[in-house]
Amino acid sequence: MEIGLAHYLTVAACLFTLGMFGIFLNRKNVIIILMSVELMLLAVNINLVAFSHFHADLIGQVFALFVLTVAAAESAIGLAIIVVYFRNRGSIAVEDINMMKG
Amino acid sequence: MALTAIFFYLFAVLALASAATVIVAKNPVHAVLFLILTFFNAAGLFILLNAEFLAMLLIIVYVGAVAVLFLFVVMMLDVDFAELRAGFIKNAPVGLLVGGVVLAELVALLAARGIGPVASTLVAQPIPQDLSNTEALGRILYTKYIYFFQGAGLVLLVAMIGAIVLTLRHKEGVKRQSIADQVARGPATAVKMVKVASGGSAIPDSKSDH
Repeated sequence: MEIGLAHYLTVAACLFTLGMFGIFLNRKNVIIILMSVELMLLAVNINLVAFSHFHADLIGQVFALFVLTVAAAESAIGLAIIVVYFRNRGSIAVEDINMMKG
Repeated sequence: MALTAIFFYLFAVLALASAATVIVAKNPVHAVLFLILTFFNAAGLFILLNAEFLAMLLIIVYVGAVAVLFLFVVMMLDVDFAELRAGFIKNAPVGLLVGGVVLAELVALLAARGIGPVASTLVAQPIPQDLSNTEALGRILYTKYIYFFQGAGLVLLVAMIGAIVLTLRHKEGVKRQSIADQVARGPATAVKMVKVASGGSAIPDSKSDH
């Protein structure tokens, strides 16, 4: 059976949904929420690379590279914020993060 | 072709299964390890798509840096993770509902519209057949997309400085070397002239001195 673009897109859609489901499931644990965001970004990258391959266009891979960069920066800053927050409050529960009353 | 299909299903099933384990794992260390497994399988999918450079980048950047960062933070923070799992089941139905709707929409879009061939005039940068993936990527990344590439470098620089600024702290009561103080120290502050009475002790009385 030929593996086509639709197969890859389906896998990416499932991965994206799993990431979203993870955010709902682990509402209190901000570290798992960050991991779920990473899963969603990975799904986006799979989409980009799959389109790049099946449309024979290299730009998709270039864009996936930039998405990878931003994802790495995002997780570094996010984890730094978690460390500082834990140092100040002694907890990383998401519902405690309401000091700004936004 | 059959081999490609076998590997596709292997990588896809393993990636999805480990992604599911990431979000339901009790122990966050296990969650990070399954996240690494997910990235490895995604790298396998990338290799099937002839994107070797991105596959290696995914392993180096994600497994080598990001996942290890996650492991550090999970192990460093003394958090009661069991307490954070409260409400796990309560939130599941809403998550299933929203996730199911999103998945249904994505798959329905795929099934309803289908995927037509792309017009060759729309291809911005055709994949060269005589070059390796890394070389082809480098050739347009360093020429046509050089500003975006530099911008990505700037993003990483800002992230690095931001992470350092956020987590660096100076503890009170720790003696540090201060170059400025050392350089500013002159005879006026460093040398103290003591008039010694003749016949008395040359050692000044320490109690009255300090």
